[in-house]
Amino acid sequence: MNNQSTNSERIQAGLKKRYRAEKRFQYYGITAIAIAIAFLLVMFAAIGIRGVGAFQQTHIALTVTLDEAHVQDNDWQGIVKDGMRNAFPEVTSRRDKKLLYMVMSSGAGFDLQTLVKETPSLVGQTKTVWLPSSDDIDMLMKGSIDRTVAADDRRVSDKEIAWVDQFIAKDAIELHFNKRFFTGGDSREPELAGILGAIMGSFYSLMVCFILSFPLGIMSAMYLEEFAAKNKWTDLVEVNINNLAAVPSIVYGLLGMALFLNMFILPRSAPLVGGMVLALMTLPTIIIAARAALRAVPPSIREAALGIGASPVQTVLHHVMPLALPGMLTGTILGMARALGETAPLLMIGMVAFIVDVPTGIMDPATALPVQIFLWADSPERAFSERTSAAIIVLLVFLITMNISATLLRKMFERRW
Amino acid sequence: MTPSGPKSLSVGQPSRTLQKSGEKVIKWLLIASSLVAVLTTVGIVGSLLFESIHFFKEVPLTDFLFGLKWSPQTAMRVDQVGSSGAFGAVPLFTGTLLISAIAMVVAVPIGLFAAIYLAEYAHGSVRNWIKPLLEILAGIPTVVYGFFAALVLAPWLRGAGDAAGFEVSSESALAAGLVMGIMITPLISSLSDDAINAVPQAMRDGSFGVGATKSETIRNVVLPAALPGIMGGILLAASRAIGETMIVVMAAGLAANLTANPFEAVTTVTVQIVTLLTGDQEFDSAKTLSAFALGLVLFLITLVLNVLALNIVKKYREQYE
Repeated sequence: MNNQSTNSERIQAGLKKRYRAEKRFQYYGITAIAIAIAFLLVMFAAIGIRGVGAFQQTHIALTVTLDEAHVQDNDWQGIVKDGMRNAFPEVTSRRDKKLLYMVMSSGAGFDLQTLVKETPSLVGQTKTVWLPSSDDIDMLMKGSIDRTVAADDRRVSDKEIAWVDQFIAKDAIELHFNKRFFTGGDSREPELAGILGAIMGSFYSLMVCFILSFPLGIMSAMYLEEFAAKNKWTDLVEVNINNLAAVPSIVYGLLGMALFLNMFILPRSAPLVGGMVLALMTLPTIIIAARAALRAVPPSIREAALGIGASPVQTVLHHVMPLALPGMLTGTILGMARALGETAPLLMIGMVAFIVDVPTGIMDPATALPVQIFLWADSPERAFSERTSAAIIVLLVFLITMNISATLLRKMFERRW
Repeated sequence: MTPSGPKSLSVGQPSRTLQKSGEKVIKWLLIASSLVAVLTTVGIVGSLLFESIHFFKEVPLTDFLFGLKWSPQTAMRVDQVGSSGAFGAVPLFTGTLLISAIAMVVAVPIGLFAAIYLAEYAHGSVRNWIKPLLEILAGIPTVVYGFFAALVLAPWLRGAGDAAGFEVSSESALAAGLVMGIMITPLISSLSDDAINAVPQAMRDGSFGVGATKSETIRNVVLPAALPGIMGGILLAASRAIGETMIVVMAAGLAANLTANPFEAVTTVTVQIVTLLTGDQEFDSAKTLSAFALGLVLFLITLVLNVLALNIVKKYREQYE
């Protein structure tokens, strides 16, 4: 009796401690989740804040004379330079003039060229046109270059700031929507660089990847799930596929380099090769998803089809496949999303070159969106860092769209048997 | 006997054989496509081995595996001093291990505790919100993590180091490792979640019945029972960390330092593969071939980890089914 009461006392005494331990344990879990989600938010916020500025670009209203001589010589940048000289007649020394020209983008002339191409009657006239500024002036206007820093430590000189202030006083400098970012190829000048080339490169690569991996994937899944006998050979294939899904992506890059580039002598930097490497990489994912989709179709469907006289192939093609297709497509979209974000294997097969032209087919040299991000991230200019973040935002928008459509597809066709 | 009976049968006959041969073609097509996956493995092993053997003809295997100096620049001229090319891969292995270890130190506790909370404590609605958020972490491209590590986290760490009075390299192993840890967290949490959910409820009820609290039950009953599945997840995550490329290419350095200091710059196997093979190069120099030897080592190590992990997970799954 005495012994028992001490026991319960001992339990009572320990209870508080145990409950505290219980609470602590729960807090560990909450903290872990909070850290993971906080990291996600911080990362998105850091990229969003940096990148959102790149969707706008500083433009300056410049009065230019589209005189015939320059147009004939195709010297569009000369027209811009003349315009700048007219706007600031007090600038006379050679060095200052050079500095003055650098206020405008070196690609501002292209805008005049397209303008004249659209309306040839403009030749010989004087007109005020909104033209892009250089990236340094852009950064100054967006506040990324601090005016209060000592002149030697900032990329924009006091003279340039004075000129910009004159434009500001005249309301002749504004942030406009950065159309070029979505319609241009890569460029050494941040204010001229766009992501259309990279997007098209990604598009062609993914197209090749889809055309190869989707049919191959569902056909292998069909064989393994519906026809193959259960033996050592199919076990081996299954183990092999599971392992392939976990092989580092860079190893696929090595394979693509040794096999496609050096043995088959396919062109470097082409979306064709990129797509083929991505297809090999995505194939295991698609096979695994497609097998799961086939397995989810209840056996009674097969039995019913076989019972009314369908052959095994007919059973699978006419009855099982249509029911499994939404699941297969969901898995394929997720696999494609992974392929879209993949960078390392594309570096190996040379899709990492500096390419200005927007690719028009699977054989043209191209880069891909994630590779473009990698290339820009290496550039020292502040304006490129902004564009890198903006390109990441675009990439994430694509990925989120793909993931949401996969989820919707699954929700729409989900069946409980 | 109606006359139409045998007639319709004879009409049906040829189409039936046609159909049969058609089905045979389809079956062979299916078999052929399932061979592609096998051929991929053969292609990987074949191409890596083939180039590596060329490499090991020039550089002995032991020098490669146990050498302490890595400087793959080979001499342009025969008489050139100091660039004969050293292919000792140990600094790369230690660098890879250091960054992966940092990643695991971050990912294992966060992933495991997140999984425990989601599986045992969280209400259904909370779970439905948190799980997709963790999946977003898994779906972010590695180049984005790399960008964040190199351009956001590394400068912060450097600044924090300066404030605290010690030097942090701008390409420190720490920045790459921390971000990589967050990247593999969802892998550990989702596989651990599966393992914990597979533990039968009866085992928990038994533990509650003898008066254990929830956390005691988890620690003493659920976790030991789920341990093999959790271990499988951790091994898969380690394999992912070792093979990860973009984060380290962007955030870790190129200098092959033999160090265990996380604030210094180290380089990894994958970083070296990328640097050796991007840009123009003649294909059969030892420098280029060494990338394939590194690739072979990487492939073998990740393969062993994957086979181990998949076997553990599979065996464990059967145990409670």
